[in-house]
Amino acid sequence: MRLEPRPEPTIGRLVAAPAAAIAATAVVAGLLVAAAGASPFTVFWQILKGAAGSQFALFETLTRATPLIFTGLAVAVAFRAKLWNIGAEAQLYAGAVITVVLGTGAVPLPSYAAIPVSMAAAAVGGAAVLYGPAFLKTRFGVDEVVTTLLLNFIALLAVSMLLDGALKDPMGLGWPQSEHLAREARLPRLAEGKRLHLGFLIAIAFAGIVWAMMSRTVLGYEMRAAGHNSAAARFLGIPVESTLLKTALISGGIAALAGYSEVAGTKGNLTLDLSPGFGYTGIVVAMLAMLNPLGVVPAAIFVAGIFVGADAMSRTAGVPSFIADVVVATALLTMVVAIMTTRYRIRRG
Amino acid sequence: MNGRIAEGGAAPALRLSSICKRFGPLLANDSISLEVGSGEVVALLGENGAGKTTLMNILFGHYVADSGSVEVDGQRLASGDPHAALRAGIGMVHQHFTLVENMSVAENVVLGTESLFAAASRRTDEAGRIESLCEEIGLGAGPGAIVGELSVGERQRVEIVKALYRNSKILILDEPTAVLAPFEIDSLFEILRRLVRRGLSVIFISHKLAEAMAISDRIVVLRKGRMVGERAPADTTPEELASMMVGEPVALPKVPARDSGPVVLELRDVSTASRSMRVNLDRVSLSLRAGRITGIAGVAGNGQAALASVLSGTMRAASGRMLLNGAEPARWSPESALARGVARIPEDRLATGMIGDMSVVENMISEQCRSPQFSRNGLLRRGDARRFAERVIAEYGVACSSPNMAVRLLSGGNIQKLILGRALAPEPQVVIANQPTRGLDVGAVAHVQERLLAARGRGAAVLLISEDLEEVMSLSDKVSVMSGGRLSPETDRGELGIRELGALMARKSFDGPQAQHAA
Repeated sequence: MRLEPRPEPTIGRLVAAPAAAIAATAVVAGLLVAAAGASPFTVFWQILKGAAGSQFALFETLTRATPLIFTGLAVAVAFRAKLWNIGAEAQLYAGAVITVVLGTGAVPLPSYAAIPVSMAAAAVGGAAVLYGPAFLKTRFGVDEVVTTLLLNFIALLAVSMLLDGALKDPMGLGWPQSEHLAREARLPRLAEGKRLHLGFLIAIAFAGIVWAMMSRTVLGYEMRAAGHNSAAARFLGIPVESTLLKTALISGGIAALAGYSEVAGTKGNLTLDLSPGFGYTGIVVAMLAMLNPLGVVPAAIFVAGIFVGADAMSRTAGVPSFIADVVVATALLTMVVAIMTTRYRIRRG
Repeated sequence: MNGRIAEGGAAPALRLSSICKRFGPLLANDSISLEVGSGEVVALLGENGAGKTTLMNILFGHYVADSGSVEVDGQRLASGDPHAALRAGIGMVHQHFTLVENMSVAENVVLGTESLFAAASRRTDEAGRIESLCEEIGLGAGPGAIVGELSVGERQRVEIVKALYRNSKILILDEPTAVLAPFEIDSLFEILRRLVRRGLSVIFISHKLAEAMAISDRIVVLRKGRMVGERAPADTTPEELASMMVGEPVALPKVPARDSGPVVLELRDVSTASRSMRVNLDRVSLSLRAGRITGIAGVAGNGQAALASVLSGTMRAASGRMLLNGAEPARWSPESALARGVARIPEDRLATGMIGDMSVVENMISEQCRSPQFSRNGLLRRGDARRFAERVIAEYGVACSSPNMAVRLLSGGNIQKLILGRALAPEPQVVIANQPTRGLDVGAVAHVQERLLAARGRGAAVLLISEDLEEVMSLSDKVSVMSGGRLSPETDRGELGIRELGALMARKSFDGPQAQHAA
């Protein structure tokens, strides 16, 4: 077998690729569900109902999608420049810690400034976390996959330390959790009595901003050029190293906003289970979106829907909600194959 | 010519019959037939792009020939199957070694010959055989040595041991001397002679005349995909081979006489010391004048890449000075080269000249994306970029369906036209063109040459580095030859003929300090 490059992918193929990937994922997941003794059609219907069957379910899915849009954008931006940021999780927690510090009154802020200042500070924190690995990569050639991945564990342990120390809630009955944010530091809810908050709209706005940056600005152009062919970019006078450092600041900053919006919007305080792997799932979201910032929004909603729907389904159909992890992981693999088939055709012999 | 025709009418060790291979508009192999007898060394001589590598890739099963056949010992070889070639006893030592550096010699040799599911490694059983092969090849380090600690010459011998271990009867060496020091070349030749006495057949791919003459029983010359001749080393001269390789001069483009202007870019005793370069510059002096094309002839891999890199800003000189308009630039990088009006036409169009996955429009602005022409306040001026791309497409006759299509889908000639358009649009004062016509079809070659002459006519100082001797002779006002990282004294147009230049190209280097240029 050999791979042959294809000419320009057509629009049809670009749409068909993710559709085929999702269909293949459904087949694989369906077989597993059948093996668990349930009807795949019932289970998929239950997942769909659980994800979007009611206003409550839909709002829950969108709430869950919010951090995934941020981490998906962070990964998409970095991967475009071939900066392999596997550490959105660490950047998310950096943002969350800073949000808690500022939101619980460590620094007195006028109430109108509470939201913008803590949001900006969180982004700066996440940017700083990714700057280190990017600096080591551009200066010494240290593999950022390793450094960003390992920083995730360091970040989680650091948060654990803080939650049992400096940030521990004195009224928390000994639980490792932080104090709750002051009311003016919380993101307002979009509907009375629902969990969906302003962070969702901010995430969508960021998708638009990132899309414009990638396609309309010199910086986005240089990021893409460095990602496609760094040797050529260097020859053509594009400062590849500094472009990668800027990419790291942007990607880390956006990932940190996921932590910000979870603390200030969804949860109100910081606990060790703030993120059930939003950073890693962001990679799946970015790949499903084929690294297109606008595609990140539907991809994040899709992935969030699977998780939310699977929770609901497991209560009624008795199939463990782990099926959601299987679906998302399979979707990543089939998507990688599907992307390849838009660029290459497989020939025998 | 021992063994040219195998004894008693038996089939030759290897027979290639009428091999044809076409890549798009380029005929890479045009009905090439070649026989190699057992115990014979055949040198395959030709410039880059002459079709040597394509032919060997067909032989080895990496490519499938459009027509023609390969026979080993009279048995037809399945096409497109590297395993069949290996089983038939064809071994290849690539120019870039395929060794695992952190494994031992023995492990490298056995690698790939064992089944993944074998119960136990054969390495210990085979240790004796590998050891005796190492001894025979003169690999003093022995089977236990770690490959990463061996010299380049020793690694090459590991590759040869690898081939012999697999019972190769035909050994193909692709530019084996390119990476070797002179004394290593001598001992490589000694090893090859010993192996040949044992009955091994060798195909020696090279573009170095002296070596081909020293080692082979027969020299086969390829040019532009065709076999242009076959000589025994005793019956030929390096000059004859050089002219066979580069071809006799044909119709020259008309070059109007022109008075050249002041010196624009100058190198004084520049040497480089880069580990990524096969050949570094050795005290090279060069001056480029406005309105003049300075041609650098020479066989590729003699320092041309280093020269182009230094001038383009991608490599730093270790010593010597570079002057632009009489002053040494404070810093020299691709950005500053572009800002100071030094245009570059790189040797490798798709690896460094263009970003294949980006569109034509995006590639056209790559060198100037920060200039006010294409951006304002960090925002791209997409309309201007598109209009610029459309203008170049129209002016240079680029065949592409849309300016938004990915560059990688274009042919080499069209890509080169885009590179020229991008480089020449800002009316640069210097043009550094490295192998600007390599691999292009006749029409595209003429177009590129016309554009370079037009730049000269406009008053640009042009440096033309080319392997195509004909091209250098016809376009250049001044000609030098590069060999072994040194530059020969500059000569005027027509002062030396193709044979004299060929003789200079065949020399290993030029001794002594480089002569001063005529003003």
